Amino acid sequence: MADKQYITIKGVKDGLVFLLDDRCEFSALLDELRYKLENTHQQLLSGPLVHVQVKLGNRRVNEDEKERLRAVIRQQGNLLVQSIESEHPAEMAAGRLALKVMTAIVRSGQTVEHEGDLLLLGDVNPGGALRCTGNIYVLGALRGMAHAGCDGDEKAVIAASLLRPTQLRIAGVISRPPEEWISGDAAMEYAFLQDGVMKVDKTTQLHRLRKESVFFKGV
Amino acid sequence: MGEAIVVTSGKGGVGKTTTSANLGTALALLGKKVCMVDTDIGLRNLDVVMGLENRIIYDLVDVAQGRCRLQQALVKDKRFDELYMLPAAQTKDKHDVTPEQVKDMVMELKKDHDYVIIDCPAGIEQGFRNAVAGADRAIIVTTPENAAVRDADRVIGLLEQSQLPSKLIINRIRANMVKSGEMLDVEDICNILAIDLLGIVPDDEKVIKSANAGEPTVMNPSSRAAIAYRNIARRILGDMVPLMPLEEKSGVFSRFRKFLGIG
Repeated sequence: MADKQYITIKGVKDGLVFLLDDRCEFSALLDELRYKLENTHQQLLSGPLVHVQVKLGNRRVNEDEKERLRAVIRQQGNLLVQSIESEHPAEMAAGRLALKVMTAIVRSGQTVEHEGDLLLLGDVNPGGALRCTGNIYVLGALRGMAHAGCDGDEKAVIAASLLRPTQLRIAGVISRPPEEWISGDAAMEYAFLQDGVMKVDKTTQLHRLRKESVFFKGV
Repeated sequence: MGEAIVVTSGKGGVGKTTTSANLGTALALLGKKVCMVDTDIGLRNLDVVMGLENRIIYDLVDVAQGRCRLQQALVKDKRFDELYMLPAAQTKDKHDVTPEQVKDMVMELKKDHDYVIIDCPAGIEQGFRNAVAGADRAIIVTTPENAAVRDADRVIGLLEQSQLPSKLIINRIRANMVKSGEMLDVEDICNILAIDLLGIVPDDEKVIKSANAGEPTVMNPSSRAAIAYRNIARRILGDMVPLMPLEEKSGVFSRFRKFLGIG
């Protein structure tokens, strides 16, 4: 194996962090990863379930390459990949890592556009619009228009403290809030797509839709 | 050095000119030196409402184009010595003056007057830009209708971008319709627009009557709208005046007084 080290493995409180070099060939990374997991770090890596965070530095990888990284790490039965993160600016913008937090009242005639997820602290008034490639979360009243997943992401959702929109759009689906949407109670709600049809439910139900693996501490 | 206040709304017909005329008169009534500026070039109305139409010699466009001095164009009110009006031209249009020219005039007027009240035309184009150019703060007039609130919201957004602080007047409220839920109430409007409330003005037939007579309502103390305008004028001066109850019997609207704490 090469004398150069491309991969640094660090132990942190809740698992391991794999720091991958961002200038070498991707194949070299995979080779070294395989070598380390199978040979040098054998003892360290055996035992109970360990969460792994993979940090790519400035490297950009596509979904295929991410999957290959996961496959290598998964071969070691007790390792669970929690996240693969890149610090590349384009990756940050495109990925869900980029949650933009904004404090504003979006008034009539104003539009907020963003690549990624948006968290708005404030209201969207009738005539105002939010347009995002990712999810939209509004801590306030959504009375205007919101378009989540505007590049075609049908998994995007729109959540608001008070969901009273003039119109909602997710990916290519446009919906006007029918009467039954207006629940009248103060619960926070979100809109999502189910089989190409827009539905609205209480935000407390959102985790059932997402089915994200959540790692709680102290259990 | 006085203060310039622009009265604007976005939507037409909500009572910008009536509000300008009455606030200008009410401030003069309180002993302030006031000049009202009509920037609605081509559709001037302020002179009609004030009953000064027949006294106009020069106008705002004449001043802008150097045909006369600013002092020559000012029309003195027939009721107050310290109340003046700079009329708009009726024959030209909004593009005949620039925001810079209006700003210079307002700066000039601020030197000699405690308050310069600028009556803004409807819309958000050139006329609006002219009107807000020299203003230190803005009064947004709206009525309890969705369309008016929508336009007010648009204008507030534009004013926020030019960092002009604005306060709200809700005009032409009808107590019986609010009560029956057919009209937006004050709280609904304040929730949407999220700016400080300067005052509410009840719908009053006397306003129309007196506007036609060329006599601002505020001169008639038996009119409820007049009392509302006088209260607003006092709030502009910094006094704490509670919101008037919409109906004669008080109590229901005392909760709206909290808006005044901010306002």
